[in-house]
Amino acid sequence: MKFGIIVFPGSNCDQDCLYVLRDVLKQSAVRLWHQSTDLHGCEAVVLPGGFSYGDYLRTGAIARLSPVMDAVSAFAKDGGLVLGICNGFQILLETGLLPGVMSRNTSLRFICRFVNLRVERTDTPFTNRCVEGQILRLPIAHNEGNYTVDEQTLKSIQANRPVDSSQASEASRGTRSGFRPTGKARGTSQVVFRYCDAQGQLTDAANPNGSIDAIAGLCNPAGNVLGLMPHPERSAEPALGSSDGRLIFESMIQSLTHA
Amino acid sequence: MSQQIRVRGNQSRARGEHPPPPTPYPAPLSASGASVSLEQLKRVARSHNLTGEQWNHVVRLLGRQPTLTEVGIFGVMWSEHCSYGSSKIYLRTLPTSGKRVLVPAGKENAGLIDLGDGLAVAFKIESHNHPSAVEPHAGAATGVGGILRDIFTMGARPIALLNSLRFGPLDDPRTRFLLTGVVRGIADYGNCTGVPTVGGEIAFDDCYRENPLVNVMCLGLVERGRIAHGAAKGVGNPVLYVGSSTGRDGLGGASFASREITDSSEADRPAVQIGDPFAEKCLIEATLEALASGAVIGLQDMGAAGLTCSTCEMPARGGTGIEIDVAQVPRRESGMTPYEVMLSESQERMLLVVKRQRLESIKQIFATWGLHAVEIGRVTADHRLRVKDHGQLVAEIPVRALADETPVYRRPVQRPADLTAAQRLPLHALPQPRDWAGTLKQLLASPTIANKSFVYEQYDHMVQTSTVVLPGRADAAVLRLKGANKWLAATTDGNGRYCYLDPCEGGKLAVAEAARNVACVGAVPLAITDCLNFGNPEDPQIMWQFKECVRGIAQACRAFGTPVTGGNVSFYNESPRGAIDPTPVIGMIGLIQTADSRQQTSGQAEQHGGPVTMGFKGAGDAIVLLGTTRQELGGSEYVSLVHGRRAGKPPRVDLAAERALQRWLVAAAARGWLRSAHDCSDGGLAVAIAESCVADAEHLIGATIQLSRVRATPRIRTDALLFGESAGRVVVSCAASIVDPLLTSARQHHVPATIIGQVGGERLIMGNVIQVPVGELNDSWRQGLVSRLRVTAT
Repeated sequence: MKFGIIVFPGSNCDQDCLYVLRDVLKQSAVRLWHQSTDLHGCEAVVLPGGFSYGDYLRTGAIARLSPVMDAVSAFAKDGGLVLGICNGFQILLETGLLPGVMSRNTSLRFICRFVNLRVERTDTPFTNRCVEGQILRLPIAHNEGNYTVDEQTLKSIQANRPVDSSQASEASRGTRSGFRPTGKARGTSQVVFRYCDAQGQLTDAANPNGSIDAIAGLCNPAGNVLGLMPHPERSAEPALGSSDGRLIFESMIQSLTHA
Repeated sequence: MSQQIRVRGNQSRARGEHPPPPTPYPAPLSASGASVSLEQLKRVARSHNLTGEQWNHVVRLLGRQPTLTEVGIFGVMWSEHCSYGSSKIYLRTLPTSGKRVLVPAGKENAGLIDLGDGLAVAFKIESHNHPSAVEPHAGAATGVGGILRDIFTMGARPIALLNSLRFGPLDDPRTRFLLTGVVRGIADYGNCTGVPTVGGEIAFDDCYRENPLVNVMCLGLVERGRIAHGAAKGVGNPVLYVGSSTGRDGLGGASFASREITDSSEADRPAVQIGDPFAEKCLIEATLEALASGAVIGLQDMGAAGLTCSTCEMPARGGTGIEIDVAQVPRRESGMTPYEVMLSESQERMLLVVKRQRLESIKQIFATWGLHAVEIGRVTADHRLRVKDHGQLVAEIPVRALADETPVYRRPVQRPADLTAAQRLPLHALPQPRDWAGTLKQLLASPTIANKSFVYEQYDHMVQTSTVVLPGRADAAVLRLKGANKWLAATTDGNGRYCYLDPCEGGKLAVAEAARNVACVGAVPLAITDCLNFGNPEDPQIMWQFKECVRGIAQACRAFGTPVTGGNVSFYNESPRGAIDPTPVIGMIGLIQTADSRQQTSGQAEQHGGPVTMGFKGAGDAIVLLGTTRQELGGSEYVSLVHGRRAGKPPRVDLAAERALQRWLVAAAARGWLRSAHDCSDGGLAVAIAESCVADAEHLIGATIQLSRVRATPRIRTDALLFGESAGRVVVSCAASIVDPLLTSARQHHVPATIIGQVGGERLIMGNVIQVPVGELNDSWRQGLVSRLRVTAT
């Protein structure tokens, strides 16, 4: 599978994503400079973590104006798989591919440490290798990971609401990734990961940044765009203390392979 | 700015060349073109701390009166910060050679050590104490930026940052302001550049109340064939200014750093630079890309003394000259004079000498990253630094005058009058505690010893995915080298109180602890970089401390075979309340690899046991204490914290025993014998064992220790046994089945080793004096710092 990793000025996890995809998972992967206007035939796109444009103005606010984001948006609307990690998630929010915004962590401090995530959905192309309720151990490293959204949007994210049919059919027409929302995907919430404790319970202590509803990762209604604050590329090898992050990349590979 | 051992002298003569006669100097010679009176010039010279004698020397070297710009250039280049005038004669005594040393100390921007397999590590430590004292966030942030540039200037990609911090007591609100500001500054800068901050140390003492220490170390990796150099070569080649624009920020920073901190230091805040980590990240990528293109001949960062230092040092290294026109320098402020442009310490700037025919391709690389790349001059043959402003000459100085004729002071030294009294610590006057467990908890909660997760969780310590041992989990940071079957270890260590009480022993102890820490994770100690933080060198007692510390460092480095590859000297760490304790900080690197990986003839290297961490792992494991415990309480954290005394003689170091211990640890780790290893330092044996019990918050585990089995000098007091800080001791644990071969092997290698107990249970039991649930120890250790900072943990 050919992955494209978008590099903005200030991205700093692009090499780490490249390493996991190429050296650990033996996939084809390239870095795509933010000035690029097309995706060079990539079958999946990763927006890596970092500090695009130094986080100046607002995290992700300037990166979303990069030429490559038009191609990424078109690719996403066409059903292509887009994974935004940390700053990549923030860029997806700014681009409008995912709803909501990121506020400062409630502690007003940068936090780098391992957290536990509960897998809320296993019918997405990012989690099909996981078990429902599975607890993943991934690290976070961010200043602004406090997921914030207005009440109405939150309800629509959480609601057992059928996936918008026009978007679903648009996605199913997609030829790039071939991912089609399964029947099960309809009527489930967009929340894919929540911060939890070691037992899978949602507690205030287990929520590191104050995110509403403990949301750590969410997808678009069609399910082909995922943003998450924790770093799967930092936890994809036993030497780094956890291989759980590998499941997210392997899920993507599986869904692309069986498309 | 490189420390020490300027071996670059007389290059022109060595090459059989002769500089041309000085060109006639045009008048008038002021910065703006208007004439400047001699009185005004001398006033500027005094503001740079240039003495009357030095003024005369400048006039002799130039054969005329200097211009305003020239006064500024001499002022910063001859400042203590840049010239190492007071320290040079002592730094020359440090051992600097070794078979892995790839560049002589002081010759390039950082030290360079061979790692084998075609890889080398560039590393260096630097201080940013003065800026951090008045502006903690910006001061610490730019300290990170400066040391990063020293590393990627060598062509090395920065892979890790460490730091060593000192503050006053935390009950002082200013200390809390300084600490939170410094930590945030390091975090904001390091995190953004994508270089993990993987380790370090923090200690607290009243002597640092107004003069905190912020020392930052950086490591970078470079393929041996791609090492970059700092020399300007090839007459006619363009001199390229790259990076951010130049402003008035940081004007006179080097001179500021060469003064004491006073009540009016707040007025020096404009001397503190403001960093832009985003620009730095782009500069790292663009510079490494430019170097990879093969079009760069030499480069240097514009650190202390900015454009001045780089335009002097690069031709000095290359045996050439440089001519620049400051009118070409990109500015962020209007109306700047040549004097200001030459002395600005604006951050994120580099000077490159590139191949003439490749100029455009290099400019293109920097343009891609949104950075300036402007030709401001060219390399010349006449061994002079010539500075013009719109074509008009404003400075012309022989580069040797700046780089080699720097002042060398043989300052008077005198043993401090109060030292003998301070070294006296009659033990009979120290009552022993009644509540031993309470004292242990008190020590664990002391900010110097307590867990530092509040600090390191603000640093991105995982980016680049090579941090295989997380901060707080082992005695040294450990990074994997992707694709190679080896790991790099690094640590920073120093103890100001030891050095105050005995600077020579303190110097030795700092090196010994650093080497021991590196050996505890299983790494062979390779080399050091040192950051020497002292008071005012014009005080003979301070100079004596310096001389003695360097003597101790040199002795230990010789004994361990760990050469000094460079570093930094920071003097004038004084406030009206007095000087800081002499605080040399040792940055040590080490390598973990299979014993035979360098001669893999069979092609089947023995699998290495991997890095060793400090936490106990499993119930039933045996606890073995290596080394001998003596009645040594002088300078200890226990005597300071519990008895309120900074007194006594620090522990003695037996360098031969220390070396045997380190070698044995490395061998035992390679065999996979060690389930944990942790050295006894601040707080002694009891604290070391307690920390091994609580190192992993999710897996607390108890231990039972038979104090009678500890190998100790006869009739040792219980407080010395538990909390004394005798050097050369390490607590290791191993599977019960390993005990026999382990003890036999230790004996064969002349390392004292005794089983003192066993891992397991939910309590720490030490003889009949301590019996405490590990949860309580954990609470003390983890709350010690955050409770005093008055912040909530997250």
